[in-house]
Amino acid sequence: MSLSRRDVEHVASLARLGLSSEEIDQMQETLSSILGHIDVLSQVDTDAIPPTAQVVGLENVLREDIVRDSLPQDVVMKMTPGSRAGFISVSEVMAGNGDGESA
Amino acid sequence: MSLPNDLTLLTAAESRAALDNREISSVELTQAYFDRIQVVEPAIHSYLHLMTDVAMTQATEADRRIDQGDIRTMTGIPIALKDILCTTDAPTTAASKMLDGYVSPYDATVVAHLREQGAVFLGKTNTDEFAMGSSTESSAFGPTMNPWDTSRVPGGSSGGSAAAIAAREAVISLGSDTGGSIRQPAGFSGVVGLKPTYGRVSRYGLLPFASSLDQIGPFARTVEDAAIMLGAIAGNDRMDSTSVPTPVPDYTAEFPTDLKGVRIGVAPEYTVDGMEPGVDAAVKAAIGKLQELGAEIVEISLPHTEYALATYYITAPAEASANLARYDGVRYGNRIEGEDLMDMYLKTRGAGFGTEVKRRIMLGTYALSSGYYDAYYVKAQKVRTLIKQDFDAAFEQCDVIVAPTSPTVAFERGSRTSDPYQMYLADVFTIPANMAGIPGISIPCGFSEGMPVGLQLLGKSFDETSLLGIAHVYERAAGWYKQLPDVATS
Repeated sequence: MSLSRRDVEHVASLARLGLSSEEIDQMQETLSSILGHIDVLSQVDTDAIPPTAQVVGLENVLREDIVRDSLPQDVVMKMTPGSRAGFISVSEVMAGNGDGESA
Repeated sequence: MSLPNDLTLLTAAESRAALDNREISSVELTQAYFDRIQVVEPAIHSYLHLMTDVAMTQATEADRRIDQGDIRTMTGIPIALKDILCTTDAPTTAASKMLDGYVSPYDATVVAHLREQGAVFLGKTNTDEFAMGSSTESSAFGPTMNPWDTSRVPGGSSGGSAAAIAAREAVISLGSDTGGSIRQPAGFSGVVGLKPTYGRVSRYGLLPFASSLDQIGPFARTVEDAAIMLGAIAGNDRMDSTSVPTPVPDYTAEFPTDLKGVRIGVAPEYTVDGMEPGVDAAVKAAIGKLQELGAEIVEISLPHTEYALATYYITAPAEASANLARYDGVRYGNRIEGEDLMDMYLKTRGAGFGTEVKRRIMLGTYALSSGYYDAYYVKAQKVRTLIKQDFDAAFEQCDVIVAPTSPTVAFERGSRTSDPYQMYLADVFTIPANMAGIPGISIPCGFSEGMPVGLQLLGKSFDETSLLGIAHVYERAAGWYKQLPDVATS
């Protein structure tokens, strides 16, 4: 299974990974190679076989709908790389919006 | 008991006895480990962060508790934690630049259990980045060296935790195992490594790699020590809805003295091309020993074994791509600002993740993407069913399955980093147990070319008692646990 450069760029965008041109080339090569090995799965007859998503066999693990303490705000604010006035702040969601200031 | 001059030669069980008899204090024991760490760490690099102040405070408190008779199994015992387990009083980096400097606001459940018991935390150990690897070479903060031969890898991903035991830089350590990341480094480093049944130990606070495969487990020099640690960390947890309510037995209560009546399965599928003859010989000799001890060897077949590696390298990266989406520079971790949010994500994740992590995120994203989801992800999940069914059928005919832990002994650093698939092959015997959720243990069974060989035992779900019992009988009879490496310190 061989990936095109365009495939790699598309997947990188889905995965929100900023790859250099060199990284894209390398990724194209190694991913195609790994997928080649993985193609062996097509040899297995799985028509009548259900998928296994989890092996632990538990279902609907629920708890009472009671409010409990969660992470305190000051702890959260200490961890974030960007904050302003008690809020987590990030870059504009879409650039080119003349009104907004960047974070 | 006559105490050695070097207290790091004591096992955890021996340390427990010596502490309880007041022959040694936890402070002395902890200091002995820090002294040892100072001597060997430059050569081994097991640790990413040492928790000296925390440990000495814990040791002092443990001594006070012991004096008052308030003693649990792990009180005062110096341990190491893989740096993928959240701790509130030391960084948790997953050996990644993405989390360099990150301090978790909460403890992992296993950490909380151990803290409550009064264990002593020596530090956080090195790992492949985000637990993705088989050699600890992909750590963003430098590799760990195999204490038996420092030009070789200790295995991975939990290489730091394995090496720390082999080099006596901790008496028990915790690692995590998703495709073999406890058992394989245990085999390569000549120590005991246990992956419990999926669901036996809470994953809360374990930075997740593959949520349907990850399990936390112990490294130790003896099976008994591993059993003690398992008892301290196992159990249901309301914070992990995949942890089971099955009661936790006392794993050390009833070690058998022989293997009469035990049926041990051997599968021909656990011999592959490229397996080292020395490994094959050591494992065969161990099987002979098991027979001498009274076990009956049963030929079984696990016909879908050859598909396990491919199944894993769809499933695990797919789950990883979802689990690592949280590292986006917004709420925690390191951030590189961008022109807009998308640009910030691309730059932050591009710089924060290493090559192997990116590779697996890409593979997983591809396998889950529209147009490929059925052909890759669903297909892998179906083959996973077949792998599990193989084990279910085999366990009708035997009580445990024996196999090599890995096809080779520890390889030279740098020898497998250019072809990812060569690296992945190191886990070909360990992966199936994760796919099926069953427990597995690696114990030393000899040497090949001066390097340790690991024997793997696989058991029925939630029957760690049998697994540990059988491993213990072999360990005592064969005596490999007595051999520890002379760590070159220059």
